[in-house]
Amino acid sequence: MSEDPTAAFRIEAGELLEQVEQGLLDLRDRLGDLGLVNAVFRGLHTLKGSGAMFGFDALAGFTHHCETAFDRVRKGDVRATPELVDVILSAGDHMRALVDGAASPAEGQAILDRLAAAVDAAAGVDAPGAAAAAVAPAATQGWTLTFTLPPDAMANGTNPLALLDELRELGEATIVARTDAIPTLDELVPNHCFVGWDCTLIGDITRDAIEDVFLFVMDDMEITIAPLASQVEAIDPAPEAAPGPAADVVAPPVAANDAGNRQPAAAARAQGEHVRVPAERLDALMDRVGELVIAQSRLSQLAGHGQDLALRSVSEEIERLAGEMRDTMMVLRMVPVSTLFGRFRRLIHDLAIETGKSIELVTEGETTEVDKTVIERLFDPLVHIIRNSCDHGLETAGDRIAAGKPGTGLIRLSAHQAGGEVLITITDDGRGIARDRIRAKAEANGLITPGQPMSDDELLGLIFHPGFSTAAQVTNLSGRGVGMDVVKRTIESLRGSIVVKSVDGAGSTITLRIPLTLAIIEGLLVRVGEGRYVIPLSAVEECLELSLEEDLRSRGRSIITLRERLIPFLRLREVFDTGTRPDTYQKIVVVGTGAERVGLVVDQIIGNHQTVIKAMSPLHRGVASFAGATILGDGSVALILDIAQLVALGQPREERRLAAG
Amino acid sequence: MTASILTVDDSASLRMAIRIALTGAGYAVTEAADGAEGLAKATASRFDLIVTDLNMPNMDGLEMIRALRQQPAQAGVPIIFLTTESDDSMKAQAKAAGATGWLVKPFQPEQLIRVAQKVLAR
Repeated sequence: MSEDPTAAFRIEAGELLEQVEQGLLDLRDRLGDLGLVNAVFRGLHTLKGSGAMFGFDALAGFTHHCETAFDRVRKGDVRATPELVDVILSAGDHMRALVDGAASPAEGQAILDRLAAAVDAAAGVDAPGAAAAAVAPAATQGWTLTFTLPPDAMANGTNPLALLDELRELGEATIVARTDAIPTLDELVPNHCFVGWDCTLIGDITRDAIEDVFLFVMDDMEITIAPLASQVEAIDPAPEAAPGPAADVVAPPVAANDAGNRQPAAAARAQGEHVRVPAERLDALMDRVGELVIAQSRLSQLAGHGQDLALRSVSEEIERLAGEMRDTMMVLRMVPVSTLFGRFRRLIHDLAIETGKSIELVTEGETTEVDKTVIERLFDPLVHIIRNSCDHGLETAGDRIAAGKPGTGLIRLSAHQAGGEVLITITDDGRGIARDRIRAKAEANGLITPGQPMSDDELLGLIFHPGFSTAAQVTNLSGRGVGMDVVKRTIESLRGSIVVKSVDGAGSTITLRIPLTLAIIEGLLVRVGEGRYVIPLSAVEECLELSLEEDLRSRGRSIITLRERLIPFLRLREVFDTGTRPDTYQKIVVVGTGAERVGLVVDQIIGNHQTVIKAMSPLHRGVASFAGATILGDGSVALILDIAQLVALGQPREERRLAAG
Repeated sequence: MTASILTVDDSASLRMAIRIALTGAGYAVTEAADGAEGLAKATASRFDLIVTDLNMPNMDGLEMIRALRQQPAQAGVPIIFLTTESDDSMKAQAKAAGATGWLVKPFQPEQLIRVAQKVLAR
């Protein structure tokens, strides 16, 4: 990690704010829970302290007000109310903005005003503000001091000689030890300080400077500080202490009793030790492991062809190790989806306020782990889906009760792993998707012809068309410029798919299937002309043979009939302009995204291939049809096909042909 | 001889800031993320100075100081308690538990170094 505490603080502040937010959301459900109040207070307190340390003064100042409010809640002076919690939640957002340096001061002030109002409403009596008068330091020509250190000072780590040195540094010091309190040898406690000192300090020295020397022990020691001239001003900061120092010295230290009441904490609990690593380092490591896997596969090819048994055994050993490293590497990048789901609690809280609906969020399978990159890219699509469910799906409490349902609507978020994929479902128990409205809208937009027969899946799939929205009005929630088409594209860019199910009156379920990782792909290696390509296996539905005669017969119309469905196909030889003759036995690989299918005609299917994805260079990133590249065992490069792009290419092309012919 | 300092804080950024300040001043720094870890590390080897935060998971700073002061081997090890201006009673409690001194947060690195020099007398 780079040595930048400010950057580390930003990350930490984000985590702290997340903790505070989760604490507040819990607190909103259990307003009396003192443990939660304390947890939120601690979070705010740390944020303030660290913020001030790293120069985030505005953050520290702002947080201070929230901390003070929560301190009063903690002390029972102010009740925790939903309003107070809500204000602190918005304050948390403002703190985030302060950390990012993107905060508006006016907004901060507005929140503080709301905070003051919420605190006043929740307070019994206004606590009087504590005012402390500062004492102006006075300088004189010198001082006389008489002092005895607390008996346990040395045991607690104070070095008396260091204190004397500090006094000497202040000015011209004459220091005389008083040894009258030192007991006889059998009564001597070696780490008790029995010696007292008398000292004369000459110079232009402030009282503060002297007190500063005794800063840490001042409250527990006997000390008299008098100006050299008058010798009348004396302070005794420990008036309860007996005047005779000897009496103090022989008394057992109080701290020992106090400590005895507590069980010494059991040996530190075995804890998972965590290391924070920047994601790009993991990416770099992943890249190396990818290279290693490729080099290893070249090695096994060489070893496999040769007769050298020793080489072959080393090669097998390396194959095993490389495989294990790759698996470990995968796990390193995995994070539980709870990090994602946790963020939706706040969203639901806000949506409930915005829509005036009562909404409950249930989450399942939060320990399911997914690649960190995937998790990050899932956030926006999920926000959109959940917003839709709350806005369009769930009815108002009144409508729900009239329909015989509980007044509180339920949003269920669940995740579970299935093979190399994770399934994320978002379910609501709302009114379900109105199919007649979808159909009417699609007909009005010319997406389908009136009365066109469609399967239920196809009908529901229409909501993923660009610009498609059944909301009669664009509300605050929908219409943010993100449609389900964007959601679908994002999911497909993750090599995932999305399926909608809906039951009238009972709610909808949206299922996302997402690969566990983006770094490794299970693919079908095919040959087109002289080039080799990888088709992501998750998109492959089936493989068919297309004989030369059939190919010739189908000339002019690139469409096949598969189980009574017409499926357009693309001749990759033509798409890639290979300039080669087709093989006698070409294959059609049928791939699909959602409800759409397209056949890809290839010359040969080589087989399954697990491969590490290499990103395309920036120069080639604009090239459609390819999602990335990989290096094969023999060192040659194969391009990975972008199925969503190819399907998008195949469908209109075929529709144009049908329209033309 | 280089003085060895143990810093106990659950905030990684604060530990980093403390480490940078103290190593820059020529001290050897060991870190612990909470009181329990701090106690374990302090018990395993004697440090010349311990700097600890108050609020931490598993074991807070006060508990750690009390536990350390119960160990005869820890007698005389200076413990600096990091506190904030708002908790004076904590300061008193820390002192009763056996802290040598305190440093009010937020602090500048030079302040920390000065306090370290003060209690270490070097």
